[in-house]
Amino acid sequence: MASDNGIEVEALVREYRKGPRAVDGIDLTVAPGEIYGFLGPNGAGKSTTVHVLTTLLPPTAGTARVGGFDVVKEGAKVRTLIGVALQEAALDPLLTGRDHLRLQATLQNVPKAKRAVRAEELLHRVGLADAADRKVAGYSGGMKRRLDLALALVHSPSILFLDEPTTGLDPQSRTALWEEVALLRREAGVTVFLTTQYLEEADILADRVGIIDQGRIVAEGTPAALKAEIGRPSLHAIPRRETDRPAIADFLARFGEPLESTRDVAIRLRDGLGLTDIVRAVDADGVEVADLELRAPTLDDVFLAKTGRTLEGATEEAAADQREHA
Amino acid sequence: MSVVQVAAVARRSVVRTARQPASVIPPLVFPVALMTVNAAGLHSSTSLRGFPTASFLAFALAVPFIQGALFATMNAGTDIARDVQTGFINRLSLTALRDWALLVGQLSGVVALGIVQALFYLVVGLSAGVHFASGPAGILVLLVYAALVSLSFGALGAFLAYRLGSGESIQAMFPVLFVFLFISSMNAPRNLIGVGWFRTAATLNPVSYMIECVRSLIIIGWDPEALALGFGFIALIGVVSLTLASRALRLRMTRT
Repeated sequence: MASDNGIEVEALVREYRKGPRAVDGIDLTVAPGEIYGFLGPNGAGKSTTVHVLTTLLPPTAGTARVGGFDVVKEGAKVRTLIGVALQEAALDPLLTGRDHLRLQATLQNVPKAKRAVRAEELLHRVGLADAADRKVAGYSGGMKRRLDLALALVHSPSILFLDEPTTGLDPQSRTALWEEVALLRREAGVTVFLTTQYLEEADILADRVGIIDQGRIVAEGTPAALKAEIGRPSLHAIPRRETDRPAIADFLARFGEPLESTRDVAIRLRDGLGLTDIVRAVDADGVEVADLELRAPTLDDVFLAKTGRTLEGATEEAAADQREHA
Repeated sequence: MSVVQVAAVARRSVVRTARQPASVIPPLVFPVALMTVNAAGLHSSTSLRGFPTASFLAFALAVPFIQGALFATMNAGTDIARDVQTGFINRLSLTALRDWALLVGQLSGVVALGIVQALFYLVVGLSAGVHFASGPAGILVLLVYAALVSLSFGALGAFLAYRLGSGESIQAMFPVLFVFLFISSMNAPRNLIGVGWFRTAATLNPVSYMIECVRSLIIIGWDPEALALGFGFIALIGVVSLTLASRALRLRMTRT
């Protein structure tokens, strides 16, 4: 199936010479106009996938078509269709925002007569009009990310790749970028392939989510469908005293399977049980807790169910691995 | 369209350089300062039998042109290495930019700076009373030569940058290149170098012929042998370094 601005990936593998399989046989399809969230911890293979799909890395095996073009055989055609904001906002600190946009517009073959207008339009769109003539060295992290997004949009691409676009941003900048991405899809029908390690980001923005771990897609679907797979909510109890933790854990084990948690004592509730059942039992047994909370399943629960680890834990593991290999 | 791309990349290169005083001032000031010190300290060399001119300043004026090119090599290399380090080269790879357009664009910026440097050294020399034996046409040839030297050495810097991808590694090459400058005929004609190994090294060193090419235009006039050797060596260095740089760039821009 060749699509105008969709993405099709089959059995994609990318091996590094001295490393493991960064991408280990993934299949995925992104429909035109869809926002696809690629969720996973550090080192899961998200960025490598983006590098392959954006023609920066050849795959070791498998095929990938972006906008109907093969990323290996028709790399130049793929590049004309896509806009890319990679993980590091690779900007020249000595150039201004406007310099960047003009350079990018020229290199992307935007007609000369339209370059200045397009630059101005994008500067306003990402809220950098006032800082347009300042050197990028003086920009904040959020401003750099916004400029990066503007640069990715300069030639009006139909497919946008955003590799962890909000990592390191403050909540306000993060929300602004989410709004911009949603607007792009709504107004221009742009297909968005977004990698993230933030559950909330995937949950809010993505129409569908692919969860990747150790180079393999372990779950895929709409956020609602993935969470519905887990079905049962989790119950979290905060002990009044730290010494009560083992007793509370034993008590709660009667109502469901224990969950890993360092902050509180948590269980996945058995079917048919609700918060009121637990509260009654707490009163009846005289168990002392500071707080009880019932949480609907999250994408982290999905990740936990599929991999046996939390997303946060997997990220810490990856960081430890990196330190060990450094 | 590629010419437009070359111009855009060259413009960025020039703008970057202009916005970094540390890249502009040292290549202008240091070679002139070294020449001034040498001219003051080594003036008495002109009384040696066979010394080709009575003005050591005229003799030494050739050196800044080559020394400036070495600075240009380092600056070009460091700038390009920074693009590799920061991932800016990936940004360029994702555009419709052709490999060769990137290389030519970046080197155009280096050549532009090289010509500005050469004009500065010329103005300093002429202001200090140096007479150009080859006249205005010689000055024109000298500017062309300065552009070629900047291009060839800039390509060498680009090659190192694409291969090593680290600004620090490029900076570490600086002393190595300077050794070539100092073990040359920069301070004395080769036939007047008394130490045997030094004379041999200077004779084998292509930098000697590049300096002598420029020097001939200043103090002799039109010396076909010096010009042929100077242009020949710089053409050879240019072809080799451009070939290496374009291959290294192709490897660095690993797009499909």
